[in-house]
Amino acid sequence: MTSPFKNAAELEKHQKQLQGQKQLPSTIAVCTSGCVAYGANRLVDAFTKAVKSRKIGDQVRIIATGCQGFCERGPLVVVHPQEWFYEKVDGKDINDILDSALKGKVLKRLLHKDAKGKTYQKESEVPFYRNQKRLLLAQNSRIDPCSIDDYLRAGGYAALAKALTKMAPEEVIEQITASGLRGRGGGGFPAGVKWKSCRAAASKNGVRYIICNADEGDPGAFMDRALIEGNPHSVIEGMIIGAWAVGHPGKPQGFVYIRNEYPLAVERLGIALEQARAAGLLGKNILGSGLNFDIQVNRGGGAFVCGESTALMASIEGDVGRPRAKHIHTVEVGLNGKPSNLNNVETWANVPLIIDHGVKWFTKIGTGDVSDNPWGGSKGTKIFALVGKVKNTGLVEVPMGATLREIIYDIGGGIRDGKKFKAVQTGGPSGGCLPESKLDVPVDFDTLVQEGSMMGSGGMIVMDEDTCMVDVAKYFVGFLKFESCGNCTSCRDGLIRLHELLEDITTGRGSEATIQLIEDLAETVRASSLCALGTSAVNPLQSTLRYFRDEYLAHVQDQRCPAKVCKELITFTIDAKKCNGCTLCAKRCPQDTIEGKKKKPYTIIQDNCIKCGICMDVCQQDAVIVQ
Amino acid sequence: MPIRFKINDVAVEAKPGEGLLDVARRNGFSIPSLCHLESVPAIGACRICLVEVRRGRRSKLTTSCNYEVLDGIEVSTDSPEIRRHRAMNLELLLARAPSSEAIRKLAAQYGVSQPRFGPIKYNPLPNCILCELCVRACTELGHHALTTVGRGDRKRIGLPFNKPADTCVGCGACASVCPTHCIPMTDTLTKRAIWGQKHDFVRCSECGAPVITKKHRDHAIATKGLPEDYYDVCQSCKQIATSQRFAAIVW
Ligand SMILES: Cc1cc2nc3c(=O)[nH]c(=O)nc-3n(C[C@H](O)[C@H](O)[C@H](O)COP(=O)(O)O)c2cc1C
Ligand code: SF4
Ligand code: SF4
Ligand code: SF4
Ligand code: SF4
Ligand code: SF4
Ligand code: FES
Ligand code: FES
Repeated sequence: MTSPFKNAAELEKHQKQLQGQKQLPSTIAVCTSGCVAYGANRLVDAFTKAVKSRKIGDQVRIIATGCQGFCERGPLVVVHPQEWFYEKVDGKDINDILDSALKGKVLKRLLHKDAKGKTYQKESEVPFYRNQKRLLLAQNSRIDPCSIDDYLRAGGYAALAKALTKMAPEEVIEQITASGLRGRGGGGFPAGVKWKSCRAAASKNGVRYIICNADEGDPGAFMDRALIEGNPHSVIEGMIIGAWAVGHPGKPQGFVYIRNEYPLAVERLGIALEQARAAGLLGKNILGSGLNFDIQVNRGGGAFVCGESTALMASIEGDVGRPRAKHIHTVEVGLNGKPSNLNNVETWANVPLIIDHGVKWFTKIGTGDVSDNPWGGSKGTKIFALVGKVKNTGLVEVPMGATLREIIYDIGGGIRDGKKFKAVQTGGPSGGCLPESKLDVPVDFDTLVQEGSMMGSGGMIVMDEDTCMVDVAKYFVGFLKFESCGNCTSCRDGLIRLHELLEDITTGRGSEATIQLIEDLAETVRASSLCALGTSAVNPLQSTLRYFRDEYLAHVQDQRCPAKVCKELITFTIDAKKCNGCTLCAKRCPQDTIEGKKKKPYTIIQDNCIKCGICMDVCQQDAVIVQ
Repeated sequence: MPIRFKINDVAVEAKPGEGLLDVARRNGFSIPSLCHLESVPAIGACRICLVEVRRGRRSKLTTSCNYEVLDGIEVSTDSPEIRRHRAMNLELLLARAPSSEAIRKLAAQYGVSQPRFGPIKYNPLPNCILCELCVRACTELGHHALTTVGRGDRKRIGLPFNKPADTCVGCGACASVCPTHCIPMTDTLTKRAIWGQKHDFVRCSECGAPVITKKHRDHAIATKGLPEDYYDVCQSCKQIATSQRFAAIVW
């Protein structure tokens, strides 16, 4: 990059130039997102050093990327242009990888092997990737997020040039509406409809805020983080197109509200913004279109509720992040009392794709018919953070309408350790838990809600037979009672009380009246709370009551926890027939409550047992039974 | 242009920006509430003022205090659904404030006498229902001496930075708006103790009764441009003086 682009032609010329440039023979892409936890940063350093000392800088380029998806197998390394996919890469492997790249011969021992022992060379052939549709994440293992030229070479900012030079703002809004793009941050509100109302809303001095919600407070979710860390320019490009559509001619101003716990994302976003400014893609008279727009970064304090739109705006204003009633929408009266258009990171990242490839292309992906009703279906792809008891955890992107089974089995590889599937929770802490009988429902906004769950922002937690569903409900209610802003009686005290009642059930103090009270109270929490945190907080509870009622009943009627999780309801005993008196359990028991004589069956003295399960884990005779 | 809409099928009018609860009350409809006063901004905390609002084809349950009226809405202030949720929220609040007469009375009207929930665990100010009327009143009066602290199950009413605020003038407004009278405030002839501070009273020069705290007097005179001697005599002595003057004229 040298000087700012004055117009679209200059941008296109530079792009052509980049695309025509000869690339180094090899590019080695190292994930430096979550894989950092397994030492990926050291990998990048070691690669860079090795390239230097071996003087092969003219042949190999090392790039530090965002999350490449298959986190379970991290640290991941992909070698381009062959797309060789290496997993669990270690410092020791570096020279072998470099050698193989130089020779053009794949390094077999680091390739992915499936359960049957079959190996795969290319990233796109690995079953985890093969069954996905990676549009938003397509560049995550290809580009250096800190290089605007990488993004430009991959066709980046072409959509912006197209919008600013060939499309009127209204036309952009029409396209986004016709594409059926719905908000990826939770509610699934059609983006085009929101943009249109924001554009139409009165603003005395023409100020309209274009805001990106990167708060991502769901525990375990990292979709937005992956986009910002892996391809920040795609989000920025979406926002500039949004500024044109919603705020031009006027004074659109941009904000990204990002979680403070994401230092790498904050850093890469900052670098990308600087680059965009230097390229004339932010600032005054962008590409000669007359659009003036810049983006400011705000760091969020980390409270889950700050992701809610009105709380987020209060937080940007410097107030305590707490929601307020939205009878008048924030598109009319939002941040600083001005029309404000808030969209999620992933929503913004979809925008350039739609402008680039067109409505027809986008509407072919997904479910339903949005031709005359943007609520008529769910279009495009959705990224999920697939976690829990599946074999292949990681970040997956699938077309809307893919079934839960496809995601969990074809991509996720099924349940770990030969266990049975029990439930999957979609939608983050206030999503619902769906049972096996719902595995074939298509994952789209409306079906999930119908079934008692929701899309949320894309958390997906898989649970196996060892999970107690009452305990799960208690966990999420506990999380939300802590994260509620505490304004509403129904949300604050409702969740406190629901948590207590669930505690009663898991400790054997519950009765059928407890279940009845839980159901009544949950309805009040849903019906009378102010914001969506409260109204959706009881999803995990209500969905488990709907699909796993027998588990609740077992707890209250027979004082039994079928999954053998609730400590107060289980006992550990030793089967005298199986025990060979090896003493192992007695030595390891933290309570010293296992007695016996060597080589004779041992027994557990129940009074002191804290049900930690260590005896069961250490016994090699399978003599310890839990009931 | 006034806003025109219906409450329980009766046509009413309001100014743009008015809250539904205020309009309803002005027109003689009764809706219970615990966290609303016309003089402070509505926040919708207690969830007792629930009503049903129909707007076009869509109908929803909402709190009326923080609902800005709109043309053409149809409001109903009572239904089995509304009563059921008010009752549950009152049960939750009664468990928080078991010895508050006001809550007990209102709860009884909804058939709740004994909450099915035990004492609330985190309870630094007994009987406080977290309605925030105290905070809003104090803020609205310009003192900013109270705040909420924490969130979720650890939310409480407290002092900014956890220490008695310099800006507290001991006016007692917080205690007097509190629906459960749970803010400790003790007055003697000479002093008022509240929120960890003792404030000296100005004593009536006629009868010696406490009139106002000195700090409050200074603040009021400075901000409202009142005469220096405005608070030297208490209200009742002022009244006696006025009626004596009046009597002198009549007779
Ligand atoms: C408690 C709560 C937390 C939320 N957290 C987030 C979040 O972390 N990220 C996000 O994009 N949206 C979050 N939302 C949804 C936002 O309020 C808002 O609907 C969304 O950002 C709008 O963008 P979209 O239409 O593109 O989805 C949250 C909502 C609630 C009620
Ligand atoms: S529903 Fe919960 S999080 Fe939302 S405003 Fe009310 S108390 Fe706060
Ligand atoms: S469950 Fe734990 S405490 Fe109980 S007997 Fe086994 S090891 Fe000891
Ligand atoms: S570890 Fe198993 S076999 Fe050994 S003493 Fe304990 S119960 Fe018996
Ligand atoms: S007494 Fe102090 S805290 Fe209470 S309202 Fe007056 S200034 Fe505020
Ligand atoms: S102290 Fe009184 S006025 Fe203040 S929040 Fe508690 S109940 Fe409401
Ligand atoms: S964090 Fe490295 S692949 Fe996801
Ligand atoms: S008076 Fe409306 S919520 Fe309390």
